[in-house]
Parts: sequence; C-alpha cells; structure tokens
Amino acid sequence: MKTIYLDNNATSRVAPEVLDAMLPYLKEYYGNASSMHTFGGQLRHQIDAARQSAAALLGCEPDELIVTSGGTESDNAAIRGVLRLRPQQRHIITTRVEHPAVRTTCRQLQREGYRLTELGVDGQGRLDLEALRQAIGPETALISVMWANNETGVIFPMEEIGQIARDAGVLFHTDAVQAVGKVPINLRELPVDLLSVSGHKLHGPKGVGLLYVRRGTSLSPFMVGGHQEYGKRAGTENVPGIVGLGKACELAQQHLEHEMDGVSKLRDRLEDGLLSHCLDARVNGERRYRLPNTTNISFEFVEGEAILLLLDRLGICASSGSACTSGSLEPSHVLRAMGVPFTAVHGSIRFSLSRYTTEEEVDYVVREMPGVIERLRGISMFTEDNARTAAAPQERPERLSPPRS
Amino acid sequence: MWDYTEKVKDHFFNPRNVGVIDDADGVGEVGSLACGDALKLMFKVDEAERITDVKFQTFGCGSAIASASALTELLKGKTVAEAEKITNQDIAAYLGGLPEQKMHCSVMGREALEAAIENFRTGGRVEHKLSGKVVCTCFGVTDEEIRRVVSENNLQTVEQVTNYCKAGGGCAGCHTDIAAIIKEVQGEQGLQQVVERPVAPAKGKPLTNIQRIALVQRTLDEQVRPALQADGGDLELIDVDGSRVIIAFRGMCAQCHAAEYTMADVVQAKLREFVGEEIEVEEQKP
Repeated sequence: MKTIYLDNNATSRVAPEVLDAMLPYLKEYYGNASSMHTFGGQLRHQIDAARQSAAALLGCEPDELIVTSGGTESDNAAIRGVLRLRPQQRHIITTRVEHPAVRTTCRQLQREGYRLTELGVDGQGRLDLEALRQAIGPETALISVMWANNETGVIFPMEEIGQIARDAGVLFHTDAVQAVGKVPINLRELPVDLLSVSGHKLHGPKGVGLLYVRRGTSLSPFMVGGHQEYGKRAGTENVPGIVGLGKACELAQQHLEHEMDGVSKLRDRLEDGLLSHCLDARVNGERRYRLPNTTNISFEFVEGEAILLLLDRLGICASSGSACTSGSLEPSHVLRAMGVPFTAVHGSIRFSLSRYTTEEEVDYVVREMPGVIERLRGISMFTEDNARTAAAPQERPERLSPPRS
Repeated sequence: MWDYTEKVKDHFFNPRNVGVIDDADGVGEVGSLACGDALKLMFKVDEAERITDVKFQTFGCGSAIASASALTELLKGKTVAEAEKITNQDIAAYLGGLPEQKMHCSVMGREALEAAIENFRTGGRVEHKLSGKVVCTCFGVTDEEIRRVVSENNLQTVEQVTNYCKAGGGCAGCHTDIAAIIKEVQGEQGLQQVVERPVAPAKGKPLTNIQRIALVQRTLDEQVRPALQADGGDLELIDVDGSRVIIAFRGMCAQCHAAEYTMADVVQAKLREFVGEEIEVEEQKP
C-alpha cells in the first residue's frame, strides 16, 4: 500500500539530495573537525559552507547561528540562556499556544520562581497585541512567541511583536520551527533577537537544529564543555547532520516559491474538498493567517483517534488534537485556547503537506474521508440535534464537564 | 501510536452489535462528548431474564469502540444475574489486554452495563446516577467510583487511577484526594507515589491579616488559576475580609454554567486546605 504522508508538521521526508550530501560524512570522512590533522580539520570547511546556506535562507550572518540538536534544544537554550544573564529580571511573556518545548520550559521556570504571562488567542488563533504591550513591565526579560503554530499553522505577526519588544527594550525569541522553509524570512530586517530552527521539519535529518542569536545579544551557554560553536554550544560537531541541514536549507530556498504557491494551492484543494464533501466539518484558524501547508479541520461528533486509525488503514498519515492521541486525557491546548467547542476539539484532524505532496494524493484523501467520517458517525449516538444537550453539564449533573461553557 | 492487540483492532474495524433496540428492556448511557467518550448500551431479555439481544452506540477512540463491541459479545446469552458479575478486567481480557492508559475504556463498558442493569431492574423508571462525592471535577468522577476501580484492579498510584477512570487527568488539583482514597483502600503501603503538597502553612501560629491575604493569593495562583487559564478562563481575588474571600471569575469561566455551582466550591475547598478551615468563598457577580 502506498503511504500518503500528510503529517509534515510532525516530521518530513529527508530529501534525496540531503541524504546524498550526508553519506560521505557517515562513511569515509569520519574525522573530528577540531583535529589538527587534515583528515579531520578539513571538515571545518563543510561546516562553514552549511552555515552559509542556512544564513542565506534566514537572511542573517553565518556567525549568528549556533548548531544545536534540534528545535527543543534551541528553545531551551534561548530561554534559559537569556534569563541566566539577567538575574534581576524575573518575568517571561509567552502564549498559551506554544509548542511544549517553550511552554514546558517557561512553566518550569515559573515553578523556579519566575513570573509567567501566557497570552491568550482569539477564536482564529490570533494574539491580542495590546495585551502583549500591557503585559510588559520593568521586570520583563524575554518575550517568546512562536512564528507559526504547529497544530493550526496560524502565523503570528513577527514584525509587530518584535517592534513592541524592541520599543520596550525586551529581548524577543521566536520558535520558527514550523515557519522556516515555508515563508520568507529576513532576519536582517526583522526585530527578532533569537530564533529556533529544526532540521527535520524542512526535509533535513533529525537531531540537528539551529539557534539564531543576533549579534550583540548576550547568552549564557546551555551546553558547556569544548570550544565548539564559538564557545556557545559545546560538543563534537555532528558533521553529517550539519551538512544535511545545510543542504536542506539550500533546497528550501530553491523551493520557497513553490511552497508559497504550489503547496498552498494543494492545501486549499484539500481543505475545500473536505469541507464540501463532509458534513459538520469546520476549519480551525482562518486560511489567510496560516502557513501554506497546514489545515486543521474538526469533524464534529466523531473522535480523532478513531479517524486516524481508519485513515491509517488507507495509508493516509495525519494527526489529531484529540485527547486520546496525546497520551494524556486533555485534548489540544491550542484548540482549547482558541475556544473551539468540545463537539469539535475531539474530532480535529491536522493535515500538513509538503513539496512532495501530489494532487492525486490530495484527491484520494478527499475521496476517502467522507466514508471514514460517516462510518464513525454511524456508530455514534451523537448528532447535531442531541449533541448540545449531551455535552451540557446542567443537563447531566452526574457527569460534570470541565469548567467552561 | 498505541500498541493495540489484533483483537482490539478487529473489534474496532468490525464492531459487533452496533445499533439501537427501540423496545429495549435495559438502557445505560455513560460518558459525554465533553469527556471525549460516551457509550450507550441497550439489551432485551426473555422471561428467564436471559439476554437475547444487545446493541451499542459509542462516541470515542479505537479502544472505546472495541471495548463496547467486546462487552456486547460477552453479554450475549447470559442471564442478567450472570451479566452483573462482568468486570472491566473481563472486558480487557476478552480483547487480549488494553494499553494501560486506555483501561478507562473497559471501565466505561462496565459502568454502562451497570447503568443498563439498574435501568432494567427498576423497569426503566430509573436512569443511572453516579453516587458519592465528586472528587475529580474535570471529568466528574466520584469517590465511590475511584474506590471501586482501585479495589477491583488493585491500583497503587494516582497515575493508575487516571488510566482506569480518568480521575486526576485534567487540572491535577485532586491528586491529593485520590492519593488519600488509594491509601484508605490499600493501606499505608499502597501509596508508592509521593504527592507534592505545595505551600502548606505552618500549623499552630495564627496568621496576620497580611500573611492571610498573601497565602490566599498564592494558593489561588498556584492551585486554582493554572487550571482555569488552561481553559481560557481566569479568576481574580477581589477582597479578603477576615475569613471571607471574595473572588470573581473572568474570561470563559465567567460565562460557564458549571462555574456557578462547582468552581466556587472548588476554590473554597482549596483555600480551606491551604489557608484555614474557616474560609468562606463568595463570588462577586458582574
């Protein structure tokens, strides 16, 4: 059975060119780039070249980039590294819809005594910039707001947020893991101080990422040891990973126009097709504020894990914000923050496309999805008519629902 | 990805006995859309109280659908008296086991069966009501239900209780209460998991006004507000007047019906636990 991979926000296929570029460094060129001998030392050139490619994609200087083990490390290193050098400033501002790499880091800092503001979003997933302005105080050390949301694809206004931060003299970090390679980025013109990148979200290998640190921004190193990465991130360089990431960045730049245009057309085709062929389906996050590759659709009155299992049997890979897929009992914190009703949260499905997605694949999903949804609705006792009473706590006092209307 | 047995997959992909019995002798419905799963079980019996037909409808994940399907297969041909003895372990065993975190699906099956039998015994007059005191307000689980899953499944930790009946799987505010129930059922040695007890005040010394206000604010900040904020709501401390604490709900909580009769109680319970037994919470209405 053919695999139809529409889960590119989770991870993406390693581009064949990336793999080819990496292989020599896993085989014959296994040296240590810090060595004095040519066999190892020559690898420094490959690392520099990769850094150049990444800097070109991000519109920054190569020496503003620190190689890390991925997006999560970059987020941890940025947030903790900034705070450690500013012990007098004990306040962090972030959002309720951040990726766990930022959210959990900030909440842990809160337990360690920091004050944390988590800004809410509206029904379309957008931030209230006035609330951001008001949250800033003399104690604020850092604002960390993601570039684009991994679940809905909703993009936050980096320019405006960065300007607000700059006017207030507060550092601004963004988790851009989902945005890099999907939207144009020019850090020379953008008031962003720190930015996280992950290799495997843009057809590079897993286990490698970047942290952009604007020149002049002081940061305490997260990993200490050797002198690698200008002394900002110790550890023997992951040469194959770095070479792969460099190639992935080079390819991302070449394909950026197609991502913005071709991939978004396919995404629209998928979204329009699903909405017109499936009853009681709604999109989470308005299209014009979203990444070109992401759509998050709620199929009301059915449960997400059950949908994914049936899709899996058809070879279709997607993900869900349902409680049952998270390993916890709580459904997606992103959709809840957006105020998506319960009838819709549990049945939310995210499709995330890539430049490898074809029209045939999209049409296949549009063809198969109505059957999957109808099949599950056939088992369910909930319909539009009775769902409201079934979900309302005042009608069923023996089963209190969580405190929200 | 869950590691489901072939039997679970089979009962999910090909569920047995889906549908409605219009003139059912016993009907049991448990769960809700809000909680993420629900099950409606219906059966018919002959004169000897033997189950002749059984059907179900489910809203839920793969293992919820499979558990319901398995339950109906277990019920076929049994008398009501025999059916009464079916436990959640029987349902899980029939499926060749369920992932630990999905055991609550088998418990939902047993609950629906119990509700349907109760409905049958009372000639359809009584709809199932949960009895006991609600411990987990996020998922509406009572102390009696928790006691039952703990003893029937020999559970030792709060995490296991969450896996088996969802209690404690939301804001985590009831973990201390669940731990106490485990201890009560299993004895002292039962509780392996240490439950953190934040900011407990030093007993004995009376608090000054300033200390009391600070402790109320801290308890609200640490114990109550994070759970509300996660759901797009919030709460504000308006005033502390002796033992009277006046609060106001904000955001989504302000419009939520559940807030009126549960959240003020939850806040009061937390403040009594961490500040003092004398605390009375009042809600300021807009």
